[in-house]
Amino acid sequence: MGGVGLPTPPKTDYSERHIMPQFIGRRLLLLIPVMLGVVLVTFIIVRLIPGDPCVTMLGERATPAKCEAFLERYGLNDNIAVQFGRYLVNLAKGDFGNSIRFTRPVVDLIAERLPLTMELTMLAMLFSTVVGIFLGVISAIKRNTIIDTITMIIANIGVSMPVFWLGLLLAYFFALTLKGTPFALQPSGRFSAEMALIPLAEVWGLTNLKGIQKFVVELMSNTVLINCIFTGNWSIFWDSLKHLILPAVAVGTIPMSITARMTRSSLLEVMGLDYVRTARAKGLIERKVISKHAMRNAMIPIVTIIGIETGSLLSGAVLTETVFSLPGVGTALIGAILARDYPVIQGFTLVIAFIFVLVNLIVDLSYAYLDPRIRLE
Amino acid sequence: MIILGFLVLVAIFAPLIAPYDPTELLKTEKRRSPPCIHLLGCPADQVEHIFGIDGNSRDLFSRVVYGSRLSLQVGLVTMTFAILIGVIIGSISGFIGGWLDNLLMRIMDVLMAFPSLLLAIAIVSVLGTGLINALLAIGIVSIPRFARLVRSTVLSVKELEYVQASRALGASPMHILFKRVLPNAITPLIVQGTLGIATAILDAAALSFLGLGAEPPRPEWGLMLGEEKNSIFNAPHLVIFPGIAIMLTVLGFNLLGDGLRDALDPRLTRSGSS
Repeated sequence: MGGVGLPTPPKTDYSERHIMPQFIGRRLLLLIPVMLGVVLVTFIIVRLIPGDPCVTMLGERATPAKCEAFLERYGLNDNIAVQFGRYLVNLAKGDFGNSIRFTRPVVDLIAERLPLTMELTMLAMLFSTVVGIFLGVISAIKRNTIIDTITMIIANIGVSMPVFWLGLLLAYFFALTLKGTPFALQPSGRFSAEMALIPLAEVWGLTNLKGIQKFVVELMSNTVLINCIFTGNWSIFWDSLKHLILPAVAVGTIPMSITARMTRSSLLEVMGLDYVRTARAKGLIERKVISKHAMRNAMIPIVTIIGIETGSLLSGAVLTETVFSLPGVGTALIGAILARDYPVIQGFTLVIAFIFVLVNLIVDLSYAYLDPRIRLE
Repeated sequence: MIILGFLVLVAIFAPLIAPYDPTELLKTEKRRSPPCIHLLGCPADQVEHIFGIDGNSRDLFSRVVYGSRLSLQVGLVTMTFAILIGVIIGSISGFIGGWLDNLLMRIMDVLMAFPSLLLAIAIVSVLGTGLINALLAIGIVSIPRFARLVRSTVLSVKELEYVQASRALGASPMHILFKRVLPNAITPLIVQGTLGIATAILDAAALSFLGLGAEPPRPEWGLMLGEEKNSIFNAPHLVIFPGIAIMLTVLGFNLLGDGLRDALDPRLTRSGSS
């Protein structure tokens, strides 16, 4: 393997130590054009809005004098390439611009809204992966039995349900039908009204935080589950978890169904292979054959699907927040669109796309871990 | 197939099946009344509304029936658009190659770097809300998968002997592309297109649910859910029926897509379960 783009003859060095860092390096290099493209798209989107940028940005407050000042201040009189360059530099500095509606930095809004969406996405991913793989394995082991049929019917229906509809039904069932039973769950909000989080900056006695440090501390502080671990506030922890269960199940159902189908077909295919037969022939118990031998190879397509489904998890989180009135990226984004608050739309779209790209990077790297052949390609 | 056949029939004969106009306000009816079916014991002196009355005193059953027309149109229009543009981009990319291929494929990569629904939301925010813009947005975000599919087919076929032979006989590039190369892409396109319709219907419903797609009083299933989402606790029928309609339609297209894939293209059976 030569360095990226160098015409050196391939050396046959198959040792793990050399290949993995090279693979990671190459994959990171490939990330640069995609990230730049993503930034370019969000930059262009706002500039494609028909009409005067000043009127779109300032709305009713746009007078000729204010417009001139606005165009000057944001450098909108400059050449478009210069503007893009400046946008990139600002992004690199962590400056996403200011919200028109709230007249405060978009970064602050991100630190406030992103944690909930991430918590929801993570919980949903956990649910979809664990339940999906479990159902898929059961279905594959009990192939062509009633259990298999029922599981696959669930998977087919699950993949066809609108996330927001499932959310509404779950809210109805758990908040109204089960009212008064121990299984009743709250249909909205992040935690019960009487509870409040203590900001981590306060707990740690940090004042005058700026830039990236402030962002990171606020991000952690607003992530309820992390905040509670640091402050030892377990009652909010459980309360918040209970509030997140329904939305997480709603968001995770489509990916769960896809994971279940993929696990089933992937496992069935692997189980017909010679090496699995060999494992059986040498007298291993069935559970070991599946967990140690079959699953390892069956995992590759499953991991791919989990990566692809991150997109649907993030979109689902955005939709579900509106159903459960959760203060996340989704509700902020929709509010921003209806108020034509473009810097916010731009900032949130960018952040979500970055997260999606990063998750796909992690997925690609984990194949390389699961399947050594990929590193050599 | 049965589900879809039923759906197509409902859509075609909507005016005959629906007892009311989907946008007609029934002033005599109480808003959000639950379903009234005479066979199931609803008093005979009440007017029959099998799905009940919605928040604007309209007959929900008629609205759901008419909604089938809209959803089928949404699916077909967006996918036709996405496939057409996808085939053009994929063919140019695969056939001409070079820097143009590189450029087009990087653009596709970037489009795929966004979660599709979020990109659609961003596009709608630029174009303005409304059904047509929502369809355009869903169409645009669906292009990359078709473009990639066509490109890979073109690449895998263009150096094969029968294409070379055609070229040696002096066939024009257009002839080679349309008669020799693209027919290979039709099967996977049909399969992906069918599954794509299911996604498009879900996405369109989602955009309308968020208030970014179809506008009232259009009988759009997602919009019906969005309008009545706060009635879930006191008038659940308003949420249940449109949702079932979406689910059955999407299920129908998903099953059809899976069936077509298994029947037409065994090679694909493993890869595309999304």
